[in-house]
Amino acid sequence: MAAGQQWVLVEMVQAFYEAPAYHLILEGILILWIVRLLFFSKTYKPHETYKLTEKEKEDLIEEWQPEPLVPPVSKDHPSLNYDVVTGPPSHKIIINGKECTNFASFNFLGLLDSDRVKDKALASLKKYGVGTCGPRGFYGTFDVHLELESRLAKFMRTEEAIIYSYGFATIASAIPAYSKRGDIIFVDEAACFSIQKGLQASRSFIKYFKHNDMEDLERLLKEQELEDQKNPRKARVTRKFIVVEGLYINTADVCPLPELVRLKYKYKVRIFLEESMSFGVLGEHGKGVTEHFGVNIDDIDLISANMENAVASIGGFCCGRSFVIDHQRLSGQGYCFSASLPPMLAAAAIEALSIMEEDPEIFSVLKRRCSQVHQALQGIPGLKLVGVPFSPALHLQLERSSGCRSSDLQLLRSIVDHCLDRHVALTVARYLEKEERFMPPPSIRVVVTVEQTDEDIQKAVSCIREAASIFLR
Amino acid sequence: MTESSGSKLLNGEACQRTLRGKNAGKNGFVKNHCVFEHPRKYRRPTERSQNAAPNSSLYKKPFSESFEETPLLVAVLTYMGYGILTIFGYFRDFLRHWNIEKCHIAHEREQQKDFVPLYQDFENFYTRNLYMRIRDNWNRPICSVPGAKVDLVERVTHNYNWTFEHTGKVVKDVINMGSYNYLGFAENTGACASAAIETTHAYGVGVASTRCEIGNLDIHEELEQLVARFLGVESSMAFGMGFATNSMNIPPLTGKGCLILSDELNHASLVLGARLSGSTIRVFKHNNMQSLEKLLRDAIAHGQPRTHRPWKKILIVVEGIYSMEGSIVRLPEVIALKKRYKAYLYLDEAHSIGALGPNGRGVVDYFGLDPKDVDIMMGTFTKSFGAAGGYIGGRKELIDYLRCHSHSALYATSMSPPVAQQIISSMKIIMGEDGSTLGKDRLRQLSENTTYFRRKLREMGFIIYGNDDSPVVPLMLYMPAKIGAFGREMLKRNIGTVVVGFPATPIIESRARFCVSAAHTREMLDTALRAISEVGDLLQLKYSRRERPLSTPGWTYEESLLQD
Ligand SMILES: Cc1ncc(COP(=O)(O)O)c(C=O)c1O
Ligand SMILES: Cc1ncc(COP(=O)(O)O)c(C=O)c1O
Repeated sequence: MAAGQQWVLVEMVQAFYEAPAYHLILEGILILWIVRLLFFSKTYKPHETYKLTEKEKEDLIEEWQPEPLVPPVSKDHPSLNYDVVTGPPSHKIIINGKECTNFASFNFLGLLDSDRVKDKALASLKKYGVGTCGPRGFYGTFDVHLELESRLAKFMRTEEAIIYSYGFATIASAIPAYSKRGDIIFVDEAACFSIQKGLQASRSFIKYFKHNDMEDLERLLKEQELEDQKNPRKARVTRKFIVVEGLYINTADVCPLPELVRLKYKYKVRIFLEESMSFGVLGEHGKGVTEHFGVNIDDIDLISANMENAVASIGGFCCGRSFVIDHQRLSGQGYCFSASLPPMLAAAAIEALSIMEEDPEIFSVLKRRCSQVHQALQGIPGLKLVGVPFSPALHLQLERSSGCRSSDLQLLRSIVDHCLDRHVALTVARYLEKEERFMPPPSIRVVVTVEQTDEDIQKAVSCIREAASIFLR
Repeated sequence: MTESSGSKLLNGEACQRTLRGKNAGKNGFVKNHCVFEHPRKYRRPTERSQNAAPNSSLYKKPFSESFEETPLLVAVLTYMGYGILTIFGYFRDFLRHWNIEKCHIAHEREQQKDFVPLYQDFENFYTRNLYMRIRDNWNRPICSVPGAKVDLVERVTHNYNWTFEHTGKVVKDVINMGSYNYLGFAENTGACASAAIETTHAYGVGVASTRCEIGNLDIHEELEQLVARFLGVESSMAFGMGFATNSMNIPPLTGKGCLILSDELNHASLVLGARLSGSTIRVFKHNNMQSLEKLLRDAIAHGQPRTHRPWKKILIVVEGIYSMEGSIVRLPEVIALKKRYKAYLYLDEAHSIGALGPNGRGVVDYFGLDPKDVDIMMGTFTKSFGAAGGYIGGRKELIDYLRCHSHSALYATSMSPPVAQQIISSMKIIMGEDGSTLGKDRLRQLSENTTYFRRKLREMGFIIYGNDDSPVVPLMLYMPAKIGAFGREMLKRNIGTVVVGFPATPIIESRARFCVSAAHTREMLDTALRAISEVGDLLQLKYSRRERPLSTPGWTYEESLLQD
C-alpha cells in the first residue's frame, strides 16, 4: 500500500526531472488555469446535463448483472486433476499408487532425500521451530539466513547475496526493484513466466528479441541508440536492462553469454541473468552459466536463481555486487513484505551448498548423464528432442503437430501415461495458455538427475520409444 | 499521501441505517437508495472513533475502534522534525560530495560509471539520511525460536549504522512483542514440532516440482481438505507463500473490463496482484463504507471509463485485520454492500485467521457470519500457525478454476512438506481435533491478553489505534526522532518491539507496533507495560487527551480484573 504510493511519488519526481523547462512552465500555466476555472469561474459546471438522477442510477444498478466470478472448468481440463504423489518425490516416486523412476522432478543432484541435508534441517527445526512469524525487517532475520546469504555469496564469488522465501518471487521482485516506468528492458522471447511477471510489475517498456538471436538484440539496441541520440536528455535517465536465462526452462537452450557481455559494454545496458536451471548444474563447480563460459561474474549485474531445483530446498536468491543487491533489502517487494524463509529450509540449503562444494565431481557426473540421455533420446520417430546436450531438463516435442494444441497435448499425455504404467515418471510441461507471451510448443519434460542409472535411462528411453511407436503413426 | 490518510477515517460521523429492506428498490419511488446513508457533510470530527452505532443492527456485539486525532502541536513538530532532517540531509550530502564527510555507500563499478545510473539520487536520499540513522531498529538478527521470548544476536556498529559487526554475544530472553506469533505456535517442542520432524524424516524438505506437474503430494491434499473444513468452505487450495497467494491468484480472477475496489491500506501483495491483473483499480477510504458504497454506485451507474460499457465484474478487496492500523474490517457492512450491488468479495485474513473469533476462524467467525458470503477467503499460514504459505478457500468451482489457472499452481514449486505438516498439526489443535483443549485455551489467552494489554496502554495515556479486539496494537510515536529512540530504549529494557515509519505509514504517523501473543504470560505483559510506560515518560509519548478511565494504583491490583 504505502510503498506503492511511495513509488508513484518517486516516479512523479523522476518525470519532473526528465521534463524540459518549457514543459514545466507550460504545465504550471495549465495548473493555474485549471485552478482559475475551478474556483473563480461561476459558469464551470462539469457535465451537468449528463448527471444521472438517483432513480436512473437505481435502475442501472438493478439491471446490472455481473459475469460469474469464474467461468466453469470443463471436467476434463488437463490441469484439473493433479497426479497424487505419495511419500517423497525422490528418485523412486509413487504416483497415483504406482512406484516409478523419477524423470520429472528438478532434483538434479539428488539432494532431496540426502540424509545429510535432512539432518541439518532437523537440527534447525529442533532449534528454531518451523515458521519465522515475521518479515526480515521485524525479527524475521535469523542467524541462519545471514549464514546462507554469506555462503551463497562465497559460493558464487560475489560481494553479496539476498534470499527470498519463494523461488518464483525472486526474479519477479528483483526486476521491478530496479526497472521503473520509462525504463527499457530487452528480453528473450523464451523467458520464463516469473520473468514475465517481473517485467509486468515493473511497468517498463519491454522489447522482445528472438530467442537467443543476438543479431536481433543488437538491432533493437541500435534502434534504441538512435532514439537516444535524438533525445539525449531523456536517455540520460532511462535505464536499460537485458534479461536472459542461463539455461532456458522452456527451450533447454543456453544463452550466448559472452556475446551478451560484449553487447552490454558496447551499448551500456545492464544484464540480469536468471539461473534457476543452471545454478548447481553448469560449470566445473556448479556456479552456473558464467562458469560454463568463463565469463567474469562481475560483468553480470545481477544473477538470480531458485533453491528449489538443484539445491532441493525452497526459496530463491539474488547475488551480485553490494551496490546492486543491497537495494532489494528495501525495494524487493517479495523480500520486504513477506515472512522470511523458514530456518530449516535455509539450513537445508546451506548443507546442500556444502555438499556441492565438497564434491564438485557431482557436476561432471550430471553432465555425463545429461549427454547420455540426450544421445539416447535422439531419433525417436515422431518425437523431436529439444535442448543442448548438457541441459538436465529436456523437452520432447511432436515432430508434426496436428495443428490443434489440445489434441497435441492429449497425444503427449498418452505417451506419459504409457510410461507411468511402466514405472517411468514423466510429465507434460504445463503452461497457462492465455498468459504466456510466447507460447512454447507442447512437450514432454525429461529431467536428468545424478541418481538415474544406465538401466533407468535405457528403460525410460525404450518406454518412450514404444509409446511413440504406438501413439504417433 | 498524508492528506489521504489524514482523512481516512471520516466516517466517524454517525449515520443511521435506513429502514428500507433489501427489496425496497423495487417499491417504485424510493427516497434513499443507499444502504448506508452518506453523512450530509464531510466534517472532520475531533475524535475519530468508530463505534457500532452506524449500522448497529448488523453487528452482534459492540464494534469499538478508535483513531484518536493527531494533536495539532505534535503534527507541526513532526513536520518540523522532517524538515530539519531533510536540511541536514542536504548539508551532509554536500559534505559527502566534497569528501569532507566519509561516505560508506557502495559505489558503481569503475567500468560502468558511464552507464545510466541505476538509482536516481533522490531515491536514496531518504535511505541515506533518514533510514540509515535508525537502521539498527530493523532486521535485528535472532538466534532462537521467535516465541514469547527470543534471543537476539548482539551487533554493534562503528560507523553510524552503515555496517554492523556481530560481537559473538547473545542478548538472552528478550520479550518478543514483534513477531506475528498470535497463537504461540512458533515452537520447537510439542506436538507440532514432533510431527514436523516425522515429516522431514519421511519426505525431506523440498519438492522440486510444481503442483500441476509432479509436486502434488498427499500431504498437500490432506492440508487442503483440512483448511476447507476449518474455514467452513467447500474447497481450498494452499500455496507456498502468502505474498504470492495474493499476487498470483488475483490475476486469474479478474482482468480487463473488471473493476477492483481496494481499501487504501491494503497490503503490497494485494496491490501487486490487482495491478498484474490488468483490471481497473479504484481505492476507497480505509474501512469507510460510505466511500465504498459511493464507488460501487458510481461504478455500476457509469460503467467503464470512456466506453461506458458495463463492468464485467466488480471485486471488493479487503483485509481482516490491517497490520499497521490494528483495525478490523467492517465485514457485516461489506457483505451487505456486496450483496446489494452484486459485487464479489476477496477477504485477506493474513492477520486475522487464528487470531480472531471464538473458534479462531478469523473475522467471519468473529462477526458470526456465514463463510459462504465471502467469495474468496484468503489467508496466510505465516502468522497464527507458525508456518509459511497461504491459502484460498471458497466454492468448489472457484478452487477448480484456480487449480487450472493459478499462476502459482503451474509455475511455482509446491509447499515444503514439513511446513505443510506444521499447518496441519496447529490447525487441528485450534479445531480441538487433537483431543485437547489446548487450542481453546490459547484462543482465550490471546483474547484476554489483547484486552488487557490494550486497556493498560490506553490508561497510561498513549494513543493506541485500532479495534479493541485486535491483537495488533499500534502505539503512536509521530516524530521521526522518537522512532529510533523508542526502539532502542525498549531494547535496553530487554523488550523487542517493531517500530515503523514512512513509507510503511503516512509520513507523520510513525508508530510502534506490538503483536500480542497467546504465549505471553501476564508477567511478561506487565514487564513490557512497565517498560513502555517508562519509555513513554522519557520520550513524552503519552499524547492522548481523552479523559482516562480511572487509573488504578500499583500493578498488583489489576491482575485480578480480567481473570475469570
Ligand atoms: C520497513 C518495512 N515497512 C513495512 C513492512 C510491512 O509489514 P507488513 O508486511 O506486516 O504489513 C515491512 C516488512 O514487511 C518493512 O520491512
Ligand atoms: C494482509 C497480508 N497479506 C499477505 C501477507 C503476506 O504473507 P506472507 O508473509 O505469508 O508472504 C501479509 C504479510 O505481512 C499481510 O499482512
